[in-house]
Amino acid sequence: MLTRRDLLARFFLYFVLFAGLAVVVGPFLWMLLSSFKPESEIRSVPPSWWPSHWTMAHYHDLFSRLDFPRYFLNSAIVAVLVTAGNLLFCSLLGYALAKLNFPGRKALFLIVLGMLMVPGMVLFVPQFVLVSNLGLANSYAGLVLPFLAGPFGVFLMRQFLLSLPDDLIEAARVDGAGEWRIFWRIVLPLCRPALATLGILTFLASWNNFLWPLVVATTDDKYTLPVALALYSIGQNRIYFGLLLAGAVVVVLPVLIVFLVLQRQFLRGIATTGLK
Amino acid sequence: MAVQEVVRAGAHRAPAAARPGPRTWRRALTGWSFAAPFTALFLVFALLPVVASLLMSVTDMRSTDLRHPFAVTFVGLDNYTRLFADALFRRAAVNTAIFVVVGVPLTIVAALAAANALNSGLIRLRGLFRVGFYLPVVTSIVAIAVVWRFLLDPDAGLVNNLLAQVGLHGPAWLQDPHTSLGSIVVMATWRNFGSLMVIFLAALQGIPVDLYEAATLDGAGRWQQFRRVTLPLMRPALLFGAVITGIGYLQLFEEPLVMTQGGPLSSTLSVSYHIYNQFGFGNYGYASAAAYVLFIAIVALSALQFRLLGARDAD
Repeated sequence: MLTRRDLLARFFLYFVLFAGLAVVVGPFLWMLLSSFKPESEIRSVPPSWWPSHWTMAHYHDLFSRLDFPRYFLNSAIVAVLVTAGNLLFCSLLGYALAKLNFPGRKALFLIVLGMLMVPGMVLFVPQFVLVSNLGLANSYAGLVLPFLAGPFGVFLMRQFLLSLPDDLIEAARVDGAGEWRIFWRIVLPLCRPALATLGILTFLASWNNFLWPLVVATTDDKYTLPVALALYSIGQNRIYFGLLLAGAVVVVLPVLIVFLVLQRQFLRGIATTGLK
Repeated sequence: MAVQEVVRAGAHRAPAAARPGPRTWRRALTGWSFAAPFTALFLVFALLPVVASLLMSVTDMRSTDLRHPFAVTFVGLDNYTRLFADALFRRAAVNTAIFVVVGVPLTIVAALAAANALNSGLIRLRGLFRVGFYLPVVTSIVAIAVVWRFLLDPDAGLVNNLLAQVGLHGPAWLQDPHTSLGSIVVMATWRNFGSLMVIFLAALQGIPVDLYEAATLDGAGRWQQFRRVTLPLMRPALLFGAVITGIGYLQLFEEPLVMTQGGPLSSTLSVSYHIYNQFGFGNYGYASAAAYVLFIAIVALSALQFRLLGARDAD
């Protein structure tokens, strides 16, 4: 039986939580609804919630007047390459750090871990000098290469692999399997949950990455979605508001779908590693 | 916390000292062949830049030296002394400090409140709230800015129109130097508390239920249980949350870039933004020096938080 105090507490909690939810999710709802309003209605005072006239004009303009398909494709290419690279390189090193004995292992791990503390701005300027000197400015390689080997992924994969029993690997060794065969055939399939978490986190980080592509992508054909949206909203060639809202929806929607479908793996990953 | 655990976990697996023999060589070769791809990329794109940045910070390197990075002049600590004499940098440092000192506790309190409410056992729809609160964390800051600039618009904005309904006249949040930094703090809290909430929820679920039952038998009310049971047992998670949020907030950059461009009157200029601007002006040496000062601040803040929050663990 619930006591009266419990009922009161429950009412209070629901009130606070729903108020919080309105504050957090409200802006997203407003963004989505307003992207279907005519421009004049978006700027009306006081602002409205529900569109009185639904229009797809802003979305149409995104694809006809601006090159949003191109930006979308660029974002996807970069995010897929960065994710694939991290899955491969981080699981290789994570396995070596967790299960193989070799000189320099501990030092290597400490250095990689230490890099988690280094602020992005320390890396930013020399990375730009480096990428420019390699002739990679305004190229996919320049957008992707600095993000292929992230310390976070190594940390995550190593932690996961430490919990894997050694016997399995030993048994395979006794059976005469080579080290690479063991890795591909036995270890990697067992890493699926960790790989899923790392994959989602890396993909999202890359999709939302903003500063580096803003500086490295200098022509329209290499812009990623956030860069294009930022330049159109705060740069020289500002565009009208409805178009911006529709653009924001296009940036957010894929991420939202991935997140809603895979939120279980996602939140578990955050909770266990504490990092995003 | 996490870092120490990891290091310890690594330590007791340290290789036994062995005489170098063919087996040792084979082991080294195998280990490094797995480690090599990552390490090569890491050397070029992370380690080299960290060292290069330190070296650049003691030179007068400018964007015009881009093609000949080694043809620059050594200037010792000039960049660092100039930095602390630079009124704009000092302004940026103060702004960043305010942002961290107000923002970190605010974010932790919001996350703690949400996590405790969801963990109380009285609530259904837990998944809905969890996903909802987490939504801003996975969303592009640029898209968020589009919406928030509109929400905070002095005339057409949702916030001021809601205030008007209760008879209040809201300020021009982002255009008024008195409210601009505060608006950025609130927005950052809104954006980030969800990720801390998830960490705190995991910590809360690790607290044994019988502790609460015992506390109830002893006559402790909800608030007392929170103070005497929940908070002490959550200290490691709180410390961890404070450290990672502190590290993140010290690097404040994207919010002011997309919301205010550092204005008005430099009221939202952060250290990272200042570095970015100096980079834009081509002052690479100077920008690197500022980046290293930020780096040191991050290490110092983390150490301080470990002492303040972690110290009582030793008792």
